[in-house]
Amino acid sequence: MDLAEVVRRLELENLYADYAACLDADRLEDWPGFFIEDCHYRVTSAENYEAGLPLGLIYATSNNMLKDRVSALRQANIYEPQRYRHLISGIHVEKDERDALELGANFLAVRTMQDGGMILFAAGRYVDRAVRTEAGWKFAKKIVVLDSRQIDTLLAIPL
Amino acid sequence: MERQTLKWPKQGNARVPYRVFADPEIYRAELDRIFLGPTWQCLGLAAELPEPGDYKTTFLGETPVIVTRGEDDEIHAMVNRCAHRGNLVCLKERGHTKDGLTCVYHAWRYDLTGNLTSVAFRRGVGGKGGMPESFRLEEHGLKRLRTDTFAGLVFGTLSVDAPPLSEYIGNDIGGRIGRVMRGKPKLLGTTSQILHNNWKLYFENVKDTYHASLLHSFFTTFRISRLTTAGGVAIAESGAHHASYTYGEQRGDNATSDKLYGEIHSLHEDYRLQEPGFLDSVDEIGDGVTLQILSVFPNFVLQQISNSIALRLVLPKGPDKTELQWIYIGFEDDDAAMTERRLQQANLVGPAGYVSMEDGAVGAFIQRAIKGGEDECSVIEMGGFEHAPQPTRATEASVRGFWNAWRPLMGL
Repeated sequence: MDLAEVVRRLELENLYADYAACLDADRLEDWPGFFIEDCHYRVTSAENYEAGLPLGLIYATSNNMLKDRVSALRQANIYEPQRYRHLISGIHVEKDERDALELGANFLAVRTMQDGGMILFAAGRYVDRAVRTEAGWKFAKKIVVLDSRQIDTLLAIPL
Repeated sequence: MERQTLKWPKQGNARVPYRVFADPEIYRAELDRIFLGPTWQCLGLAAELPEPGDYKTTFLGETPVIVTRGEDDEIHAMVNRCAHRGNLVCLKERGHTKDGLTCVYHAWRYDLTGNLTSVAFRRGVGGKGGMPESFRLEEHGLKRLRTDTFAGLVFGTLSVDAPPLSEYIGNDIGGRIGRVMRGKPKLLGTTSQILHNNWKLYFENVKDTYHASLLHSFFTTFRISRLTTAGGVAIAESGAHHASYTYGEQRGDNATSDKLYGEIHSLHEDYRLQEPGFLDSVDEIGDGVTLQILSVFPNFVLQQISNSIALRLVLPKGPDKTELQWIYIGFEDDDAAMTERRLQQANLVGPAGYVSMEDGAVGAFIQRAIKGGEDECSVIEMGGFEHAPQPTRATEASVRGFWNAWRPLMGL
């Protein structure tokens, strides 16, 4: 591994660490900033993904749709106070195009409600495409593939 | 207090004692009298089982069920419980078999209609053991459901007393199912939501046309559906089934509408979507109805919200737990633009839906609130005391209809 690769590896580690920190610290307004303008984001189950079914529980085909998701959560939707704790690991590059990468990572998200009730809310993997921009690495695609098809109560905050 | 000693309030269907959402005895009686009783329950789509030998599993209440397409190309359904010692026969949720269904425990084998076709070591080994001479294969099949299909939907019942399916659904509600299910369904995906509430709280929510634009403020804010929009609710005579419907927004009404809603809660006048295009819909049915929520007692919901079409199956999992399965569909003749439209508009519904995520939580809020108040009652008087169809959605008539169907089955 040459120095450039080591540097890139650290950049990707930072990308996922920052992504998790943004969601877990309720800085949702910053979340669309992790994506390029012309992006694809969706949350689906392994069952749908493996069967080639296109449904997304959240399905966005532009950065503006991510912004709309955040403003709806802030201003329209009603849900109990809750927070996530993401653990992201196993970042691995599937296809290396130098400044564009097909990559993936595993995640766990623990959800804690206002009364302290805590569950393992989601486990799965990210199927991503990241591109190098002037502002650093951004996601062009992020498919959140949940191992389970069951969602406890509701899915408000993005994963 | 048990079911037998629960006295129903004198106001009839306009009052519901909270105990019915919490009492384990009542829940057990429902599994028996409603889910194994004279009701038809949706088991899925016929299109899920295209080939003879295809099977899937689901439930009648909590009772596990196998649904197959037999060699005769007909849909069959049986209880998923081996006639020998009660083991699950089908372990996989779906699959295809070329040689019938075999229980893993002792290899008893059944055909796709539930007939027992062979028993391992039936004659014993070396003349010892084996089944008695009196044992008859034909007396030990899987317990069969009556099945029928309606507009591509498979329904089943264990009751001999349930009327024929088309009579059970009725012409009015049947027609409203048909207007949505007008082609060969194409599966877009599925999901499932665990609700921490009694199944009836979800069913009341589905039938409650009053709450939609109040709880789901996304609807109101973007003028997608308000009670001031033209629409109404159709209700089966028994009250059991319903369909609420809304016509496309009449833009001219917005001033009056804003005033009415402005008195209820503040409208976010500055709140605009950056990308409202995902809401652009096509009147694919051609009758101007942009939203229809339909239910068939006791487990089926059919949703048309703009171009997002989904089946929802309500599966009870205990007095205070329910699984809500979502099956999103399009049709075989959809072009790519229509499929994309359905996927975009699926953002409105499901566990993360802009206008349905609250439904996942509100039942649990009630379940938590009624603790210690089981002898108190809800008040269901919007639109009066009857459960007749109404040309408005500012009514709880279809919720009263639910109780009108539920109470005789439960003897309450």
